[in-house]
Amino acid sequence: MKKKHIVEKIMQTIFFLCGTAAIISVVIITGFMLVSGIPAIAEIGIIDFLLGKEWKSTGQDPKFGILPFILTSVYGTIGATLLGVPIGILTAIFLSKVAPPRLAKALRPAIDLLSGIPSVVYGLVGMIVLVPFIAKTFNLASGTTLFAAIIVLAIMILPSIITVAQTALEAVPKEYEQASLALGATEMETVFKVSVPAAKSGIAAGVVLGIGRAVGEAMAVMMVAGNVANMPNLFGSVTFLTTAVSKEMAYASGLQRDALFSIALVLFGFIMVINLVLNKLLKKNKGDI
Amino acid sequence: MKKIISGILILAIAAATLTACGGGASEGKSVSLNGSTSMEKLAEILAEAYTIENSDTDITYDPTGSSAGIRAILDGTSDIGLSSRELKEGETGIIATTIALDGISIITNKANGVRDLTMQQLADIATGKVTNWSEVGGSDLPVVFVGREAGSGTRDGFESIVGVGEVCKYDQELTATGAIIAAVSANENAIGYASLASVSDTVNTVKIDGVEPTTQTVTDGSYKIQRPFLFLVKEGEEQSQAVQEFIEYAKSDAVTEFIKLAGVVPSAR
Repeated sequence: MKKKHIVEKIMQTIFFLCGTAAIISVVIITGFMLVSGIPAIAEIGIIDFLLGKEWKSTGQDPKFGILPFILTSVYGTIGATLLGVPIGILTAIFLSKVAPPRLAKALRPAIDLLSGIPSVVYGLVGMIVLVPFIAKTFNLASGTTLFAAIIVLAIMILPSIITVAQTALEAVPKEYEQASLALGATEMETVFKVSVPAAKSGIAAGVVLGIGRAVGEAMAVMMVAGNVANMPNLFGSVTFLTTAVSKEMAYASGLQRDALFSIALVLFGFIMVINLVLNKLLKKNKGDI
Repeated sequence: MKKIISGILILAIAAATLTACGGGASEGKSVSLNGSTSMEKLAEILAEAYTIENSDTDITYDPTGSSAGIRAILDGTSDIGLSSRELKEGETGIIATTIALDGISIITNKANGVRDLTMQQLADIATGKVTNWSEVGGSDLPVVFVGREAGSGTRDGFESIVGVGEVCKYDQELTATGAIIAAVSANENAIGYASLASVSDTVNTVKIDGVEPTTQTVTDGSYKIQRPFLFLVKEGEEQSQAVQEFIEYAKSDAVTEFIKLAGVVPSAR
């Protein structure tokens, strides 16, 4: 009896430690970001830093304005969401409500595979296939553009949206749909007026995940976006917040390096805000059902 | 995940900085190097080769940039400064030894007919004055200028030699020599720069003022887009035995192969 009690205690401690590991990591990372990101912002000045339109980190008279990066990240994410969310949600509806079960079963692993593809592979395919295609189609000198990054990001966020939205749609109680059909609604009316509204909190969660992935992606974007610190232009070479950090980190020193931490801090802030806003949204939606 | 990786990176950088500081100036059997990031590969290969034969000597290297390296030897915080550019007017009281030469090739796409540019034309392309290949004797296609990210030694070398520092208009900035070569080989309009040793036959190399970049033309100085890799010590200061021996070793014929291994051209000895 006593031995059992000890084992119980030990296991409890182990679980507790595992549980705290994640929380401690978050606390340490947050603390680290603040400590290493704030000094450069203080030195450059927050207005010059956030609203400066010029980034010349290694110039004689260095300029550290990250507005081009912020706007590029915002536009890029919005673009990827506009493209990816409708496709993702419609795919989820198709898989859960429309497709014959056997076809849905066959497609599911393909989508899981899409989410497992490393981002560098997305970047590589984007660089070799998409970039030259864009250059040719739109008659551009160079295909490495914000547009290329948006397309790559849209494809990358599809799996998160599809998987989560599909799960939510499948969890809608059968009675809702049966009631709708019994009242004379067609299949499609039932899907869009009953199933989707009932699953909207889950669908919103999928969109959050997708947006989070789009904002934080660096590797694939770096390979297709051109990486020049221009103000965003759909068919121009641009730098995202993520790529601004990763492309200069290797050789950065002094204030340049500190400024890169500050960019990371801004990025961190972005992700936090997105998570908070959408968490709120989720809670609100839960109340509706 | 990315945050964790960057966290680890920071720790590594911090650790590297600490060890470099611990090196101190000329005491016992230790040699501290400080300076150019472009010389990282060369410095590491030479240090490794030297310590195989002299296992009691501890060589540390701190990649801070050429200017920081020069300052470090003048301040006495490092034994040897590494500079990948010539010394400037005001930088006196330094003895410089050329260890190697680095040629920077100008590369274009295989389909590009322009095989010869003057320095001025190259500068005009880099600054965005020339935007169409027809302006420099090619076909009617837009120019896409591809380069390295800010802080890269190759970028700094190219910009300072061609005289276009801070006024370059890039169409793409990439973070590796290989990426530049890949981008240029994929885009008919592209022109870029890459270290001489890295250029493969997937791209064309352009003659500058009629001179083809080769080991030969870099050594005799006729190819202009090149820079020296210098070892610097403070003038009028007695160097420790280990420091003198290491510099002698780096100047000797024994290291020719290692210098080639680092992708640069051994200087005339």
